[in-house]
Amino acid sequence: MINVNQLVKKFGSQLVLDNISEHIEPGEKVVIIGPSGSGKSTFLRCLNLLEMPTSGDIIFDGQNITDKNTDINAVRQQMGMVFQHFNLFPHLSIMDNLTLAPVQLHRMSAAEAREEALRLLAMVNLSEKADAYPGQLSGGQKQRIAIVRALAMKPKVMLFDEPTSALDPEMVGEVLGVMKGLAREGMTMVVVTHEMGFAREVATRVLFMDEGKIMEQGTPEQIFGAPKNPRTKEFLSKVL
Amino acid sequence: MFNDLPQKFVQDFIEKERWKYITSGLKTTLLITALAVIVGVVIGAVIAVIRTSHDQLKGRKHGTGMVLLNVADGICRLYLTVIRGTPVLVQLLLLYFVFMVSCQSKVVVAVTAFGINSGAYVAEIIRSGIMSVDIGQMEAGRSLGLSYTRTMRLIVLPQAFKNCLPSLVNELITLLKETSICGYIGLNELTRGGDIIRSNTFDAMLPLLAVAAIYLVIVMFFTWLMGKLERRLRESDKR
Repeated sequence: MINVNQLVKKFGSQLVLDNISEHIEPGEKVVIIGPSGSGKSTFLRCLNLLEMPTSGDIIFDGQNITDKNTDINAVRQQMGMVFQHFNLFPHLSIMDNLTLAPVQLHRMSAAEAREEALRLLAMVNLSEKADAYPGQLSGGQKQRIAIVRALAMKPKVMLFDEPTSALDPEMVGEVLGVMKGLAREGMTMVVVTHEMGFAREVATRVLFMDEGKIMEQGTPEQIFGAPKNPRTKEFLSKVL
Repeated sequence: MFNDLPQKFVQDFIEKERWKYITSGLKTTLLITALAVIVGVVIGAVIAVIRTSHDQLKGRKHGTGMVLLNVADGICRLYLTVIRGTPVLVQLLLLYFVFMVSCQSKVVVAVTAFGINSGAYVAEIIRSGIMSVDIGQMEAGRSLGLSYTRTMRLIVLPQAFKNCLPSLVNELITLLKETSICGYIGLNELTRGGDIIRSNTFDAMLPLLAVAAIYLVIVMFFTWLMGKLERRLRESDKR
């Protein structure tokens, strides 16, 4: 589904992603872990071109999205993204947050989008918040809304950039719960997170990144049970 | 100085219906200000969007679109430099005596001059408003597949506008008072109305104090409105 070939990203002279090649299959739940500054968020943000790669190709659904003739807006409609800081639109009601993109991009009529939004709100137990504004919600509620806002576009893949890192501890569970539900329904997911429990439970594959490279990867059992790379061992000994 | 005040009052405002210089002048002042604000906000918004998109897309985009944007950005910078670097009175005189010499209406000349002048200041106000909106808002809009322009229009600009509303009201107040120089092109606005009475009756105090009081009342009204607006905006932030 997503093919990454020799991806390099530099910020100025600093090498952030060092020649990464990776393949993500439909239905996979790929969890990326690693110390901060390892390039994992940058890697994720390259997948929908929020960061422009310095070199290398990203093929999504057979389309080279790094090609400058590709309509990146059309590609992004297929890729949902959830941010660490939610990034809900504070001037719009929750309902408008959910329906803005589908209606503006003519994916649905206003009525259909509204119906779909109500269904999604029910899914995350926030039906009563349809007419509220983001400022009235808790962090956990905001992130659940952010997830369904991305889902309202019916994407083929969901990218999560540290979705629980800005939350108070007691709210982490409700967000991870929604993500687990999504995983069960078969959504293709790429998740950058520090939640090792989530990685262990949900991931079909775990990537350990450090210094802009994928140092080691495997099933959660392999990575958490018997890590081979000394860097992986060192990292896990600190976080587990 | 003060003992013949009642007679002077009658002479300045009642005789020959001289108060009409004040009222019709006030009307002209308000008309010029209102129209110039509209012109200024339109020019300012366009320039602000061009300059911010140029800064944000620089080095990320290439091709003819970016070349055009570079050219537009250059023109905007030149405009800002020239307009903010010269006095508004000189700009007004240049328009009236040189660039718009064939224009019949002094009001149109004044609106053009003040609109163009105010646009430069409004541009920087709106630009700082846009930059005060978290970059995550743009990213969230783009990640949903919305184009840069659409994200700007639907998500960033409404929030930017809210952030810079107080500064915009401030600019409106400045503009209102600046229109008092329109007398230089013989346009009968409020200040000139008072001045005409002075030259007719040879009494300077009452007409000019009346003019000053009227400006003051209008400005106090806008200040009051701005305070109310700010309180309301703060409330909606809390929610």
